Amino acid sequence: MSNAVSALGGASFAGLAKVEETGLGGMITLRGDLASAKVQAAVKAATGAAVPDTRRIVFGDAGAAAWMSPDELLLLVEYERVDAVVAKLGEDLAGEHHMAVNVSDARACFAVSGEAAREVIAKVAPVDLDDGQFEAGTFRRTRFAQIAGAFWLDDAGTFHIVCFRSVAGYMYNLLCAAAHPQSKVGVYA
Amino acid sequence: MLILECPYCGVKAEETELHGGGEAHLKRFGPGSSDDEFHDYLFMKENPRGVHLERWRHVNGCGKWFHAARCTQTLEVFATYSAQTTEPPQEVKDKISAKRPGWTWREFEG
Amino acid sequence: MSTRLAKQGRLIDRSKKIEFSFNGKKLKGFAGDTLASALLANDQMLVGRSFKYHRPRGLVAAGSEEPNALVGLGVGDRFEPNQRATTTELFSGLAAQSQNHWPSLEYDVGELNSKFFSRFLTAGFYYKMFIHPRPFWKHVYEPFIRQSAGLGKAPDKELKDADTYEHFYYFCDVLVIGGGVAGLQAAKTAAASGAKVLVLEEKCNWGGRTPVDGGTIEGLEADAWVAKTVAELDAMDNVTLRTRTMGAGVYDHGYILGYERLTDHAPGQGGPRHRLWRIRATQTVTATGAIERPLSFAGNDVPGVMLAASMRDYVVNWGVTPGQKVVVATNNDDAYRTAISLHEAGVEVVRVLDTRESGGGDLADKVRALGIRVECGRAIAKVKDGKRVTKVAICAQNGEGGAREEIEADAVAMSGGWSPVVHLWSHCGGKLTWDDAQAHFRPDPERAPTGHDGKPFVVTAGCASGPLGLSEVMQDAAAAGARAAEAAGRPATKPAEVATSELVEAPMEAVWLMPAKADIKLRMKTWLDYQNDVKVSDVQLAAREGYESVEHTKRYTTLGMATDQGKLSNINGLAILADTLGAEIPQVGTTTFRPPYHPISMGAIGGEARGDIFQPLRKTPIYDWHDSNGAHWEPVGHWRRPYAYLRSGESIHDAVNREVKNTRDNLGLLDASTLGKLIVKGPDAGKFLDMLYTNMMSTLKIGKCRYGLMCSENGFLDDDGVVARIDEDTWLCHTTTGGADRIHAHMEEWLQTEWWDWKVYVTNATEQLAQVAVVGPNARKVLEKLNAQAGGGMDLSKEALAFMEWKDGEIGGFTARAYRISFSGELSYEIAVAASEGQAFWNALVEAGKEFGVMPYGTECLHILRAEKGFIMIGDETDGTVIPQDLGLHWALSKKKEDYLGKRAQARSHMADPDRWQLVGLETVDGSVLPDGAYAVGNGTNANGQKNTIGRVTSTYYSATVDRGIAMGLVKHGPKRMGEVLDFPGTDGKIYKAKIVEPIFYDKDGEKQNV
Repeated sequence: MSNAVSALGGASFAGLAKVEETGLGGMITLRGDLASAKVQAAVKAATGAAVPDTRRIVFGDAGAAAWMSPDELLLLVEYERVDAVVAKLGEDLAGEHHMAVNVSDARACFAVSGEAAREVIAKVAPVDLDDGQFEAGTFRRTRFAQIAGAFWLDDAGTFHIVCFRSVAGYMYNLLCAAAHPQSKVGVYA
Repeated sequence: MLILECPYCGVKAEETELHGGGEAHLKRFGPGSSDDEFHDYLFMKENPRGVHLERWRHVNGCGKWFHAARCTQTLEVFATYSAQTTEPPQEVKDKISAKRPGWTWREFEG
Repeated sequence: MSTRLAKQGRLIDRSKKIEFSFNGKKLKGFAGDTLASALLANDQMLVGRSFKYHRPRGLVAAGSEEPNALVGLGVGDRFEPNQRATTTELFSGLAAQSQNHWPSLEYDVGELNSKFFSRFLTAGFYYKMFIHPRPFWKHVYEPFIRQSAGLGKAPDKELKDADTYEHFYYFCDVLVIGGGVAGLQAAKTAAASGAKVLVLEEKCNWGGRTPVDGGTIEGLEADAWVAKTVAELDAMDNVTLRTRTMGAGVYDHGYILGYERLTDHAPGQGGPRHRLWRIRATQTVTATGAIERPLSFAGNDVPGVMLAASMRDYVVNWGVTPGQKVVVATNNDDAYRTAISLHEAGVEVVRVLDTRESGGGDLADKVRALGIRVECGRAIAKVKDGKRVTKVAICAQNGEGGAREEIEADAVAMSGGWSPVVHLWSHCGGKLTWDDAQAHFRPDPERAPTGHDGKPFVVTAGCASGPLGLSEVMQDAAAAGARAAEAAGRPATKPAEVATSELVEAPMEAVWLMPAKADIKLRMKTWLDYQNDVKVSDVQLAAREGYESVEHTKRYTTLGMATDQGKLSNINGLAILADTLGAEIPQVGTTTFRPPYHPISMGAIGGEARGDIFQPLRKTPIYDWHDSNGAHWEPVGHWRRPYAYLRSGESIHDAVNREVKNTRDNLGLLDASTLGKLIVKGPDAGKFLDMLYTNMMSTLKIGKCRYGLMCSENGFLDDDGVVARIDEDTWLCHTTTGGADRIHAHMEEWLQTEWWDWKVYVTNATEQLAQVAVVGPNARKVLEKLNAQAGGGMDLSKEALAFMEWKDGEIGGFTARAYRISFSGELSYEIAVAASEGQAFWNALVEAGKEFGVMPYGTECLHILRAEKGFIMIGDETDGTVIPQDLGLHWALSKKKEDYLGKRAQARSHMADPDRWQLVGLETVDGSVLPDGAYAVGNGTNANGQKNTIGRVTSTYYSATVDRGIAMGLVKHGPKRMGEVLDFPGTDGKIYKAKIVEPIFYDKDGEKQNV
């Protein structure tokens, strides 16, 4: 459908770091036994990625798989492919206790990039953003000030944040405030 | 502000990522139980000074419930462990015993 | 007079003049000045009035321990009361006002308190005076006290703070608090091990007070050593240095707050004003130095009496002298440094009074060699009262204050010895030990605060550990840095020896009262706590009245309870208490040290949480449409839902009534996206839901819906909603708006902690879907029109989608799930589409619905529609003490199931009591609307003489449908009392009469929804 719109219409702000709403992303909550060969094969088929280790995200040729909890992954695929991928997961995992749910529209996605990106996030999330601690491929669920969120760092040095759609405005304003051009901390940049 | 290591995701989570869930290892009493059993199950919670076994949830994190063995007096944390158990595993008991010899908690002891 | 010296001033830049104002008077200072030093340079010794007696008060200290120089700073939306002049860096345009005086600082009416009433304003005055007669408290005393209470003036309540604030989370191996020579040495040692080190210094410059006090380190003068060491640390990748950042508090498990003042010295420059560092440090080194203690003599609060080292700071750091003729009184050698500094600056030191019969060491010899008169075994009997020191009476220390000699002086430098700053050590449980030689409490390294692993996590360094001599300080600091790094998991190192040079000092002598046997007249003028006006005589009175515990004495006298938290007064006060009680000081002990070390701004604590990010607002995908179509918002948890949509000229009441009638007559649209939608799946999902709901969900047929109730294990009704069976092992559970997250957590809790072997997964899909209730006689028509426009779609006829069924398909070209459910009694569909398409779907409905009289409706209309049908609402009919049986919902309680959450509890005697209040409908006799929450009264009174209550109103509305007030309530034996009229006294004095009726006011047979 062409009617689908993201929560903030791709809003962006350039301050200490660049903050962008990155639009609709395809997301699937997959719950199941992550050690099961069938699940691993299904994840591979869906995203091209292997099942990630604890607190990691793995990228494949058709998406990515992120570790949410010991029995839950977040699969990232193209928005348009989600229904097909959910259906395929259902077939691949038939007979295996699992759950695959389209959560694409329940989410808002942001990117925070630039030299001070670590500092911007460290203002709102109780996480050690030291580059020795938070590296490319690290995936972390935490809180961003008063809301829950998950984020990871890609190979290009950009942080990606996912939160619930209803609080997209809060997340965006929060990140923009943290990226105020005159609020540099100067410990990571 | 406490830090507890979530045994599921390994995050050394500060208290703002966590939600306290009261006493651990409650034994549920349902229909058929006596009034006293049911009353004790609902209301008679342990509140010791010293070794305590508690439930916590990594709510702003992986979402999993887990158990923590800690000292309510010094806030020392002896261990965190799986929520899917009806009693502290032996290795957790041993860790408590190493720090608090002779400890007891309900029917458990070092 | 106090004045700027021609020379001196290591921290000021005389080439940069700065203009500022004090009480409207234009004054000049230099870059590098503090407000305090600049005031002194302008001969403004009088800076405020005390809290109780409004006595004139001058600067006593030069750092954050200053109790007197609290000023109102800034104007308008940047005004802030109670700012310390000593910690305020001077900037151009700074505007300060003194506090606690009327009509002016110079002439204050309240000072009469001091002159005429001080003997009545003793310890516990407020407790003793205002207790009787009782009614006087409310009508006379409290208004009077409120007038005169409070320190400084609150900012204008109409203005909002112009500044922003933020937090910053930081993690390190070793945190060093204090950037004096000890802190720098500790940091250097720790950093050498490779540890990640953060160093915080509260002032804008490094080095602490050693550059003022003198001595050399590693062959360098202190200033040079500090500059070299800071440069070295700055060059290290593993070290972060922050000035203007105070270590404010030490908390459990190595959580430390740092308070960074970014723009206080340059307001309006942009960016946050304060940053609160939320630090997790494996080890913390507190290199917080020591604070000098005042001496307790009569008139020790007269402006011009100052701590000796602080006076030295003013001379050396800022080139100002508080006086021209100075008397130095001391019980230790350090104050001799002040005499030397003053002398070197050309200020006359008229006398050094040393309480010690044997006098001082090298420093005293040096002072004598300068030609300054030093007298041993002598004391100040009294400083003459006034706005400024004019005369000092001298006597023997070991006497009662007689045989005085009076000398002229305009300033007094006093030193009663030094106390380590133990606050941060003590915040989290570090214990203290009494050091007799130094007459102070110092940290007991054997009883450090312990962390998550039960091991110590705080180490003290330098003066904060107790030693005061430079050589000991540097060795202690190096050892502390090495110990912290090792405890943080770095390899053990042996701290290097640090070569220092300093003069040898003679032992100090404990002096708690000057002279030692001062008579009562002197003691009544001898101040302990300057800010709260507590005197030696007050503490002695408290002791005589039986206040033996230091904590009680503190509260009774208010000693140490001012904004300085007793930094100057505590040790002196408890020494007096111990003496009066005939006890030893360590036995009396200290009061508790609580964070923050020094007041921090509320803004910093709140951080970024203000304005539009004060708290998260949850918005549905249709929020913006509501907002631009007249929505009057209602907060529901963090959600904002339209209460009603106001048209121009309409009141809220009008709008609600219009929405009610239109939905009953034509077509209403409700944004129901906030309702919780939990997907429950797995082979054991049916079994699980049977445990969670009071009724049977496992037997629900695929394609069907069932209304269900959830109770807590206590039996109380917790949530309700419609459950749909999706497929063989999948159910979708609707919850209330407020229940979505709570019930999701509730499900996870039982699955993870009780039934972990059950194969069930739950996902909260609430926000995946936008859900629209299409309600009213025209509901089917509008949906069928959408399908017709799209050239097809799901069959929405009564036959194809009957009441309490659901179906997947397309509506108007949107992928949708339609539920035939009704919370209004009307023909009603709830349609779920992807949240991203929610707005588009709503727009389509609004457009297509025009010919059918479509109007959106809000939550108040929703409430009225459901109340007209007698449907309960969680949070109205329930309040956490109500069970389903109270609400006549027995039909929803499965008798077949052996168990469900709450079942056992509902069998407890009180739950089964037939006297429990039960749900009924209520109709006022005159058709008016019952007040919400009103109680029904019955016969007789309770033990308090109040009428017995027999029921209460839970929901009450004006119904436009039946044109009268309708209500529901819980009434004792209610269902058996149909037709009875009850009295509901309102808070307006009226008694409302209402008849008990069936709780259904409209379409009793349910014909309208089933078409």
